[in-house]
Amino acid sequence: MDAIKTFRSRTVVLAASDVDTDQIIPARFLTTTTRSGLGANLFADWRYGSDGAARADFVLNRPEAQGCTILVAGNNFGCGSSREHAPWALTDYGFRAVVSTQFADIFRANALKNRLVPVIVDQATHGWLVEHPGADVTVDLESTTLMLPAGRAVRFPLEPFARYCLMNGVDELGFLLGRQTEIVAYEQRLRSATVASVAG
Amino acid sequence: MDSPQTLFEKVWRPHEVAAETPDTPAILYIDLHLIHEVTSPQAFTVLRERGLGVRRPELTFATMDHSTPTRTEQVFGGAPIAIEAAARQVRELEVNCHAFGVELLGLRHARRGIVHVIGPELGLTQPGKTVVCGDSHTSTHGALGALAFGIGTTEVGHVLATQCLLQKKPRTLAINVNGRLAAGVTAKDLILAIIGTIGVAGGTGFVIEYRGATIRALDMDERMTVCNMSIEAGARAGMIAPDETTYAYLAGRLRVPQGEAWEQALEEWRQLPTDAGARFDKEIDIDAAALEPMVTYGTNPGMVIPISGSIPQRPGDAMFAKSLAYMGFEPGRPVAEQPVNVVFVGSCTNGRLSDLRDAASLLRGRKVAPGVQMLVVPGSKEVKRAAEAEGLHTVFLEAGAEWREPGCSMCLGMNGDLVPKGQYAVSTSNRNFEGRQGVGARTLLASPLTAAASAVRGRVTDPRELL
Repeated sequence: MDAIKTFRSRTVVLAASDVDTDQIIPARFLTTTTRSGLGANLFADWRYGSDGAARADFVLNRPEAQGCTILVAGNNFGCGSSREHAPWALTDYGFRAVVSTQFADIFRANALKNRLVPVIVDQATHGWLVEHPGADVTVDLESTTLMLPAGRAVRFPLEPFARYCLMNGVDELGFLLGRQTEIVAYEQRLRSATVASVAG
Repeated sequence: MDSPQTLFEKVWRPHEVAAETPDTPAILYIDLHLIHEVTSPQAFTVLRERGLGVRRPELTFATMDHSTPTRTEQVFGGAPIAIEAAARQVRELEVNCHAFGVELLGLRHARRGIVHVIGPELGLTQPGKTVVCGDSHTSTHGALGALAFGIGTTEVGHVLATQCLLQKKPRTLAINVNGRLAAGVTAKDLILAIIGTIGVAGGTGFVIEYRGATIRALDMDERMTVCNMSIEAGARAGMIAPDETTYAYLAGRLRVPQGEAWEQALEEWRQLPTDAGARFDKEIDIDAAALEPMVTYGTNPGMVIPISGSIPQRPGDAMFAKSLAYMGFEPGRPVAEQPVNVVFVGSCTNGRLSDLRDAASLLRGRKVAPGVQMLVVPGSKEVKRAAEAEGLHTVFLEAGAEWREPGCSMCLGMNGDLVPKGQYAVSTSNRNFEGRQGVGARTLLASPLTAAASAVRGRVTDPRELL
């Protein structure tokens, strides 16, 4: 996995609060059995009209949004289902970070596993970002800081382990596999109940 | 003596392979891993890429529910599964379970059903267990005193390969519910009212424990309805302490310990309830006696009002206005006047036997209003069989409703059971998000009683008018 230290982009702003995973990627696109290609249907029902054409009034379709890799989203982004297709769609589209005042728990966990950085900021910073779409900002993991124009910088919370994994390209499965000895010892200690076979 | 502990702590602690440190999350051992066709394929792909097997196949259990058809001929033959990609997912799960030695209740299995209905039904879900599944409504299983939560597909891979998850310990939220639910007011109304009170992000970062006399008086189906929608309040897990109701429900089920082992399990389970004096990070009180049947009017489950109420006003709130525009609602209008096109009874929220009994109790001797499509989808084959043994299917069919094979169906419409664009659906499911039940579909979440009453009258109807 690629190590991430810092990245910089103009922002695209989708300020709606409580954006659920059904909006990020509608259920009809979940019949896929791979992770790739979901970016084409990111925010599908907001992004395309019923004729399939891109809607000019949706923010991702505007010329100035092209190439932006940092999404400024509203409070409680990613609520709803556990579908990892949501961060897959966002990263496949090209996003590398989402900035909000709060993320839904499962979405946040899924995002981190896909190297999509959830950046939590205070209301005032968020308000400024919403009012300044296209702002040139930098996400710096070394200092867990979001750097705004004119030298302003705000710290954002990120667990040390998540930061370590992002910055060193470590994947959690590898980490867990490295702890097998402890897992085996645990199993020997507990001999947890086994599941009998279904008779029916 | 140990300091008093909550139910959550009593389940969490014994499952720590390694405790949380300042630098690393806890390694949590998983007792039961439920998988289904939609969120598992990419996890099996990772196992193949890395040459890994399933560490504990006997603790892993598969079913298919999300994208499966509900039309009998598509399940049992005579017609192909209408959506080719869904058929491919079904086949891929069969191949993966066979290759990795995971037990699967396949499409035509006599015990198949929605994963969150069959886990408790088979006795796989038990008090004190850690239960995960690649589905956010895994919170349902907390009704039996398990710690159960939804995970993403990467985590499905982690559990398949290691039987463990890396987890940050959540905080605890006690929701104390007291007062007697009035006639016609159900567990669904209670949880909708709770979500309306704490908001769709009110439980974020917390595990909820539902407590109090009202919760103790609920049967298991009702407790599952409450825990099911914990995620709609932002909480990954909701729990209810096991008690005699729980043990009576579990006794004799296929996968629970038998004989001496059952007695031993009971002894352990009786230790699980929260100790007197244990502290929660947050507590909220709810008066159940004051509740009416509840119905949602907007595009998240927190936008909910008593059925006698009117659509609220929030001047200057653009998001609120957008939501009402999607729903075609105007502030100030009574919700009970709204004509209905579709009624859906089913899902992991309200697809169990008692839900079908509730719906049938109002439909018996009545007809679904002309022009209304009503779909009744049992949560499992077992629920279907039990309902048919009571003649409930006859009640539904004679009323003019459709009686289908089990699955998630119209809750999320992955299998093609969709609400047409612009139409209004009263649904016993869990999410009223934009497009959830179909592009442009307008969902009003309610109880099975309210759904059935609305089907009869052809408009949103307070079930107490028909009781």
